Amino acid sequence: MVRLCVICNKERAIVKRPKTGQQVCRECFYYVFETEIHNTITDNKLFKQGDKVAIAASGGKDSTVLAYVMKLLNQRYQYGLDLFLLSIDEGITGYRDDSLETVKRNQQQYDLPLKIVSYSELYGWSMDQIVKEVGLKNNCTFCGVFRRQALDRGAVILDVDHIVTGHNADDIAETVLMNILRGDIARLPRCTEICTTGDGSIRRSKPFKYTYEKEIVMYAYFKKLDYFSTECIYSPNAYRGHVRTFIKDLESIRPSAIIDIIHSGEAFEIKEGVKLPVQGVCKRCGYMSSNELCKACMLLEGLNRGLPKLGIGKNFK
Amino acid sequence: MSSLIKVNLTFSGGVELLFNNIKQKIIEIPSTINPPKPTTMKDLILWIKDNLLQERSELFVSGNTVRPGILVLINDTDWELEGELGYEIKDNDEIVFISTLHGG
Ligand SMILES: [Zn+2]
Ligand SMILES: [Zn+2]
Repeated sequence: MVRLCVICNKERAIVKRPKTGQQVCRECFYYVFETEIHNTITDNKLFKQGDKVAIAASGGKDSTVLAYVMKLLNQRYQYGLDLFLLSIDEGITGYRDDSLETVKRNQQQYDLPLKIVSYSELYGWSMDQIVKEVGLKNNCTFCGVFRRQALDRGAVILDVDHIVTGHNADDIAETVLMNILRGDIARLPRCTEICTTGDGSIRRSKPFKYTYEKEIVMYAYFKKLDYFSTECIYSPNAYRGHVRTFIKDLESIRPSAIIDIIHSGEAFEIKEGVKLPVQGVCKRCGYMSSNELCKACMLLEGLNRGLPKLGIGKNFK
Repeated sequence: MSSLIKVNLTFSGGVELLFNNIKQKIIEIPSTINPPKPTTMKDLILWIKDNLLQERSELFVSGNTVRPGILVLINDTDWELEGELGYEIKDNDEIVFISTLHGG
């Protein structure tokens, strides 16, 4: 029995869309996938003509598909964006080496300029050096905190207007649930925003906010896009934990659960009069922080003073 | 009578890490693993678990199916359009397993 595409009614269907349950053929799948992202970009007025936009590129599936689609839409709809790839080199031998090779191939394949900034450049420490100091127990804390700021810091150096990241609908649903489970009300509204303004008024946005991971991977598969997948060598079991598994379980029962969770996060309102922590800035580097020093500066201070445990206290998240 | 059928397996997106980094493998399995019924995807997944999986089987199978987050394609079609576990394997089928769980 041949299942026909519900859009063109001509070709054989090859994908069942998780968001809608529609069965679509290859060409119609490409078309709806790309057009939905274009609509997300234009509905939210993410860019202006002439913007210098850095695509955060890790060599992984999401950022590889993002680079491909951004390049394509920029040409198809004449966004007039000055696009380039921005990669962070954490300095992990064997891990980033391979993924940076992938990004370098993407640079050729998509004909986009590539800038790489390293942890050593930004912080004076590579992850390999940090692991030597702190061992394998807390290293993910360092890597995560440093990575969060690295894109912004790199973007400032490169004088960028806008950073786009490959966060997809599954990632955002995961963050919404985690913020709810942790009771982190302050972060909840921010995590569903498609575009946030960070350091030095650089905008940061997520064109894949409503794009399912399944479709990103299917798109990469059918387009034969070249991406890299591995687990970080310093955290061999770093699957994204229980919340991720829970979301995938939900999706397998009812695929719309992912979009529903995002909508719940968006609709969440805080009662008037509830006091939220005031967002300040770090005294040392100027990055957003609710304490005097931001987490990155705390961790750096510890490293530089030979007290790497500084900043990894009990309350540290 | 059970004969042997050839199946072309592909592991990617990080699933290959559970299979000694092997990305492609041609296997020969009985056309009826559970006689008298023809071999299905359900039989194949358990066969892979018992015969090929090197480590951490819970990262590949969950119950009698693949772990949620692993995509399956049968002859380049989403297995959700092909009857999933009930699909009857044919000679020279190409089955692809792709993890979506690895970093992006
Ligand atoms: Zn079609
Ligand atoms: Zn700081």
